[in-house]
Amino acid sequence: MLKIKKEIYLQLIKYAWEEAPIEACGYLGGSGENVTEFQPLTNVDAAEDHFRLDPEEQFKVVRNWRAKGIKPLAVFHSHPETPARPSEEDIRLAFDPNISYVILSLEGDTPAIKSFKIRKGVVEPEAVEIVD
Amino acid sequence: MIIYVNGEPQEIKQQPFTVADLLVLNQVEMPEMVSVQLNGEFVKREDYQTIQINDGDEIDFLYFMGGGAR
Repeated sequence: MLKIKKEIYLQLIKYAWEEAPIEACGYLGGSGENVTEFQPLTNVDAAEDHFRLDPEEQFKVVRNWRAKGIKPLAVFHSHPETPARPSEEDIRLAFDPNISYVILSLEGDTPAIKSFKIRKGVVEPEAVEIVD
Repeated sequence: MIIYVNGEPQEIKQQPFTVADLLVLNQVEMPEMVSVQLNGEFVKREDYQTIQINDGDEIDFLYFMGGGAR
């Protein structure tokens, strides 16, 4: 279960729209199951159907958050024109067994957000709750 | 010796102890898919087997993060 603060959820949607048609990405942080932080990160691929994070940016965010007691809970990316489910490439390139993979789809009239744990190619949906 | 792995202290008895040893200890199954910083400096993947970690060192590792919509 991930509980995402409503203001964070709205930030994700805004950022995804701003970055479209390329995929937006970033880290979601907090503690336990509560997501209280969003850090946009550069999509090094700058592509409409790919994303890749810059390790140097990743380290900076993680260290900055660590100093504040914030843990990276999820990697976020958008699917501008496809559903909120992991693509074959998402699954193949998911190596972190502990983090959640959050996908926001802009397909259709209403954005859709879903979260998954992906371990050794096995995808497990994870409940997402938007909270005040 | 005590080292700090992703901010958490770990007691290590093995000597010498390399970056590759650390990744094994932390159950990283694909070391080629992580980035490592030792005391804030990137470690090249080809050096994982030879770079030694010493008492008090801070070592961080992060998994490659990427994907696609197709």
